[in-house]
Amino acid sequence: MSHVHNQADEVWTEIEPERYELYEPRGGRVAFDRRDFLRVLGGGLLIAYLLDHTESEAQQPGRRQGFRGQAGPQDIGAWLHIAEDGTISVYTGKAEVGQNIRTSLTQVVAEELGVEAGMVRMVMADTQLTPFDMGTFGSRTTPDMSRRLRRTAAAAREVLIELAAERWKTSHEKLIVAESAVVNPETGARLEYGKLTQGQKLTKTVSDSTPIREPRKWTIAGQSLAKVNGRDFVTGRHRYASDMSLPGMLHARLLRAPSFGAALVSVELAAARAMPDVVVVQEGDFVGVAAASEPRAARALAAIKAEWKPGPAIASRTLFEDLRRPANDRGFAGGERDGRSAGNKGKSLREQPDSGATRLEQTYTGAYIAHAPLEPRAAVASWEGGKLTVWTGTQRPFGVRSELAAALRVPEADIRVIVPDTGSGYGGKHTGEAAVEAARLARAAGKPVKLVWTREEEFTWAYYRPAGVIDIKSSASREGLLTAWDCQNYNSGGSGLRSPYSAAQQATAFHPSRSPLRQGSYRALASTANHFARESHMDELAHALGIDPLQFRLRNLKDDRLRAVLEAAATAFGWGKPADAGRGVGLACGTEKGGYVATCAEVAVDRENGRVAVVRTTTAFECGAVVNPDHLKNQVEGAVVMGLGGALFEAIEYENGRIQNPRFSRYRVPRFRDTPQLDVVLVDRPDLPAAGAGEAPIIAIAPAVGNAIFAAVGVRLRSLPMVPQRLKI
Amino acid sequence: MPMVRELRINGRSLAVTAEDDRTLLGVLRDELGLTGAKYGCGEGRCGACTVLIDGEPARSCVTRLSAVGDREITTIEGLEQDGKLHPLQEAFLETGAMQCGYCTCGMIMSGVGLLRQNPRPSREEIIEAMNGNVCRCGTYTRIMAAVDLAARAIKEGRK
Repeated sequence: MSHVHNQADEVWTEIEPERYELYEPRGGRVAFDRRDFLRVLGGGLLIAYLLDHTESEAQQPGRRQGFRGQAGPQDIGAWLHIAEDGTISVYTGKAEVGQNIRTSLTQVVAEELGVEAGMVRMVMADTQLTPFDMGTFGSRTTPDMSRRLRRTAAAAREVLIELAAERWKTSHEKLIVAESAVVNPETGARLEYGKLTQGQKLTKTVSDSTPIREPRKWTIAGQSLAKVNGRDFVTGRHRYASDMSLPGMLHARLLRAPSFGAALVSVELAAARAMPDVVVVQEGDFVGVAAASEPRAARALAAIKAEWKPGPAIASRTLFEDLRRPANDRGFAGGERDGRSAGNKGKSLREQPDSGATRLEQTYTGAYIAHAPLEPRAAVASWEGGKLTVWTGTQRPFGVRSELAAALRVPEADIRVIVPDTGSGYGGKHTGEAAVEAARLARAAGKPVKLVWTREEEFTWAYYRPAGVIDIKSSASREGLLTAWDCQNYNSGGSGLRSPYSAAQQATAFHPSRSPLRQGSYRALASTANHFARESHMDELAHALGIDPLQFRLRNLKDDRLRAVLEAAATAFGWGKPADAGRGVGLACGTEKGGYVATCAEVAVDRENGRVAVVRTTTAFECGAVVNPDHLKNQVEGAVVMGLGGALFEAIEYENGRIQNPRFSRYRVPRFRDTPQLDVVLVDRPDLPAAGAGEAPIIAIAPAVGNAIFAAVGVRLRSLPMVPQRLKI
Repeated sequence: MPMVRELRINGRSLAVTAEDDRTLLGVLRDELGLTGAKYGCGEGRCGACTVLIDGEPARSCVTRLSAVGDREITTIEGLEQDGKLHPLQEAFLETGAMQCGYCTCGMIMSGVGLLRQNPRPSREEIIEAMNGNVCRCGTYTRIMAAVDLAARAIKEGRK
């Protein structure tokens, strides 16, 4: 949780990086049973990827606390099936939420199998059809699932080659694959995959040792393949969970508390119950209605009178004082430990007088922000013979299945969760609230029920990115070398807390607080807040020392990959050229989840009216071997734009326990007019394993913009969002 | 009380039974199964529900059925002609102007409305016309490139 770092001995205590990912131990396990697979999938060739011990552990962090060593069936990470007609289907528990993994995973499978991408059918995030997966978060799809699928597909290729070699009575070394067939280049003989799998009932398991193609030799992976099902999105044919419809389906609305933490005292349901064809359900504080149409459900809800006992009168105005109070209960989701802050107090650096050095002490803060996925939480639930099927948009289909099982007291085996490609998540859809609510109502109604959260519900009752307070104390020598670094983070989290800069003395600690609001995962987690604090502080030090901010960073940075992106961004941006009047440039860099990012930004500040415009940004990004350059660029661009919202104007405001801005008309998100010229430099490293890219590119934009504002007008902004209104100069 | 009325949608006349105060979005999605228009905010501030009414972009989530009358409604489902995509749909694919795709239909309808009225919009005119549409994934520069590409494609096609 905390660590004191002495560079001489290089001993670090791990900071919990994923504190707010909200995961929990999984329920059931998947046994690999050959007969079961063949019964469900039919004949042909089936390859199952078995997780090794480490991967299994990573899937199931809860097991670390005492179940280790229990013998059980080996966990399966993914499977691939080639039917007797040659149809290739790949099964993975990962969910598509806009990061375009359906495409990138298709590419790596097509690459290994020697088929066109269009030949691969990717079955994703369906608890009945796909193997268990902890969830789509932490930028793990590319490093984990992509690697597994590459090996699975490579193993399939080897089996197909063996089958052909047997058929032709030749050596398998002489054969290659091309265009969905095994080919003998010497004889010109060719056998399509369907011909090889016909009449077969072959199963094979593989693990991480199967050889795969080197990224340098990629021809399908590594290319800018367009979104594989893109046509369904531009025609409106794609059905999100919120677009689903079933015969006889009812529409639901929920009774919500008027403020955070309010408790239901009494409720009058008779008027709603008297309405024809309206189902009303109350189970404790859960009160919901379902009716044949959404307006009818809304009318029934309006007829319910409820009395509430208000929750605590919390207000965003005292947020940062609230967060400095240490956590004193065990109330965090995910069963996290707490109460570390008392123990950490002694871990701050001692004051060390150092004549001639520059010393600096500053505090940085960040507000709660909402993910505001454009598709709000939505679910369609249907019961048949005691078995439940739920279509919902989530990043954790198996986690939602567990939530449903616990809430409805139904075995997981009787629940199927299906996740259609979802209208985004950004870490905000790890939970299954709408799924549980729809399932409760559907059970009572005896009919399928659809629930789509209103925008106001999504803003109010989802969880937020943690707010935080970060104190930094530092000192540096006249030569511009950091001598001490002390960083104390209250509440926002440990991700990105560890500094990449060298300093003779370092101390960093994360102090959990009792968060006034419900908080959870968010794209890059606390890394954005921690980078905002660190990279702003580095800029302040550079100015205090009179050293160029780029040079100051390079002087203190040993990590070659980080140096490379910093230099790439600076060069492409034209760092060092004087800015026009009223304009300023700033830069920032950092690393997160295996990605290395540096962003330079140019801002224009209108001194007359205080308007701040981000004119252009250049972001250099490196995440190892690039699987799809255009989609990677798209992720970088999107992360920068999303990051601008939290940097400049996004904040959840609450007063007397009530959210004040639960609408797009009150909560400002980045729009067309806010979008700068976005330049992206991709640093491809085919010699390194591919890391995920959905999160890391968001971490550098806020400090780069803050530093640019300082350069433009000499005003230092240390609180996110930096310019919720206009800048006071 | 619900009443039966005829709506002109995508070149066809469709009978619906619905109350006057129903939103056009609710009718399209729940009564007619035209789910291309999305719910995003319910206050006309995100553009996910955009359709064309007599060729003009309109937010169907704040348009009451009673206000539609016999005007012609075009939804995303009506853009494709004989299996051929509208140039702006093609341009979205060409430029990769989406991530999760939830805003895409509304973006395309706003863009089609813009191009009908202004066949060669400048960057500033695109921003002006599209600023009411939110892409939370942040693909704005690609969407602007798509509108620009479609404008050129339409001009080429007319030659």
